[in-house]
Amino acid sequence: MEERRILSDTEINLDLLAPVYGTPRWFWPVVGLLGLVVAAAVGAFIWMLTQGLVVTGLNRPVFWGFMITNFVFWVGISHAGVMISSILRLAQAEWRRPVTRAAELLTILALLTAALFPIIHSGRPWRTLYWVFPYDFARGIWPNVRSPLVWDPAAIFSYLTGATLFIYVALLPDLATLRDRSLGWRHYFYGALSLGWRGMSRQWRLQALVGILLSALILPVFISVHSVVSWDFAVATAVEGWHATIFAPYFVLGAIHSGVSAVVTVMALVRYLYGWKAYIRPEHFDALGRLLVAVGLAWFYFFALEFAFGLYGQDGPEVALREMVVFQMPWAGLFIVFLLTAFFIPVPLWLFRRVRRNIPLMLLLSVLVNIGMWLERFLIIVPGLARKEPFTFVWGSYAPSIVEILLIAGSFALVCLGFLVFSRLFPLIPLYDQKEGQVLRQEVEVGRARVKAVIREE
Amino acid sequence: MAVDLDRCTGCQACVVACQAENNVSLNLEEAFLQRRAKAWIRIERYWEGEFPQGKARFLPVLCQHCNNAPCEPVCPVYATYHNPEGLNVQVYPRCIGTRFCANNCPYQVRFFNFQEHVWPPPLNNGLNPHVTVRSRGIMEKCTFCLQRINRGKREARAQGRPVRDGDIVPACAQACPTEALVFGDRNDPQSRVARLLQAASARAYRLLEEMGTDPNVVYLMKVERLERS
Repeated sequence: MEERRILSDTEINLDLLAPVYGTPRWFWPVVGLLGLVVAAAVGAFIWMLTQGLVVTGLNRPVFWGFMITNFVFWVGISHAGVMISSILRLAQAEWRRPVTRAAELLTILALLTAALFPIIHSGRPWRTLYWVFPYDFARGIWPNVRSPLVWDPAAIFSYLTGATLFIYVALLPDLATLRDRSLGWRHYFYGALSLGWRGMSRQWRLQALVGILLSALILPVFISVHSVVSWDFAVATAVEGWHATIFAPYFVLGAIHSGVSAVVTVMALVRYLYGWKAYIRPEHFDALGRLLVAVGLAWFYFFALEFAFGLYGQDGPEVALREMVVFQMPWAGLFIVFLLTAFFIPVPLWLFRRVRRNIPLMLLLSVLVNIGMWLERFLIIVPGLARKEPFTFVWGSYAPSIVEILLIAGSFALVCLGFLVFSRLFPLIPLYDQKEGQVLRQEVEVGRARVKAVIREE
Repeated sequence: MAVDLDRCTGCQACVVACQAENNVSLNLEEAFLQRRAKAWIRIERYWEGEFPQGKARFLPVLCQHCNNAPCEPVCPVYATYHNPEGLNVQVYPRCIGTRFCANNCPYQVRFFNFQEHVWPPPLNNGLNPHVTVRSRGIMEKCTFCLQRINRGKREARAQGRPVRDGDIVPACAQACPTEALVFGDRNDPQSRVARLLQAASARAYRLLEEMGTDPNVVYLMKVERLERS
């Protein structure tokens, strides 16, 4: 591993807080562009709200299309944060340090975006309140807890609460740093947010404790979220291709695959945009690449199993559905693109150290994975619905309308916009974590031996 | 309800009667091309064999009012539920349009209102005042003519007698010229439908029975004419 320069604390502060103190030249044009896309999506949504879902490409039998695909996709992306922060924290992987906050932020933004979609995709979004909150006390009508659509909000909001606490606790020391280094309204803003953080040893101890506790507590939620999303499909007994009992672990692994890839994308972009070459280094991409090889292989194993289960039953309609997806256009084309981009191009390439340390290539491969994973969700949801029954009379097909495409584009722009706004207010790389990592790496000479200067208790 | 396929000629009278009785929206060409046409009861037509010897098969499909309905557990807001009479009913004001029920219906008999439907004059005068005109964004489906069931019970109560067989006839069954559709109380052994099912029990089957939905609509198989060779 290359020798890493030890940076002084001031250097770390100045480098990592640069986007908070000053506006990069590209910032406003990019924000404007993303804002335009989001505005177009909002316009599309308002159009859909006034006209009804007639403006989408949805039909009978394909009642769920791009919007639900996108929902599943973003919930999948949201698995990045916890995978990186909590699992790697518990595993004490040192290389996680610069990656954690961006991953957690990605979790929150992706979840918020995902949560929008089931609501705007319902027939009467203005009446969805009693879907999530049982407000109709007078008549004693409660949400139907047998429905996976009620489990969904429960899982997503638990995860959102956990992830928000997670990122906030990790932000506290940095907020105090910002409070001490800012004037005017910002001073009061960060002052209020930092909750009286003074860097006392008791506060540090509590902060570390809460971080570890949250890491452990959020793990079951992390597993449950995409399991519940997968049950939206697996519970629907009537649809061919949604039957596999391994849907939950299959979806969770797919989510980690796409989520960690999205973290690679974000890290590469942030490194390039803010010039943090000393912080996000090739060895981080190397480690993420190795993690991705493992995750990708595990996901592919489940994908192959799911496919094999479908064929093994020798259930006529199920086999016909697989045949359609694999051999008939346009599904076959999408299927090939999905297989190549989600697995066969990136995973073998990640086996090579040179590829893992080549950051532009890693960026490209991680984007490819997410194209593939988006298509994977699409190929699970739509063909199953189009060939839902043995009766050929009601077979159907699906093509998205411009409204749906705008909404999808808007969701991507919204997440990017969230990132940019966050990066202007809070440091995207945790300052204290970075410093802690350096302290832990420091060594002192004792006689002839070089030993660690600090020993961790945990 | 019993559907005697041996009697069905595929004339579509039931479809038209249902459309008129239940204020089902107009199926304009555009709706057909978008695959959003609605027909609470539809005649599925299948061809068997090649042209000269080809046979047409007709299968009227309506909501099967399953006893174990897959659409019910998946609705997050209880908009579709089983009423005490065993009907699978849709509560329009409650429905928010997640369309999960439609996805989970193996018979594909649930319909979504993709838009606000209009009946241009004078068609608006033909709307049935006893049936809700559904707004956009909600699901709808066959109710077994709930309004007729209620009227039958009301009239029987007014006359101080129990509901008799034949008091309640859904629009499709009423319109069927060959009486292929027979509606009634199967628990009453003297009712027409019970006697028909008793007599033709060898031909009886239910649609996609292997899915375990336990439908309340029973189909009677077509009687095949043996070809002399």
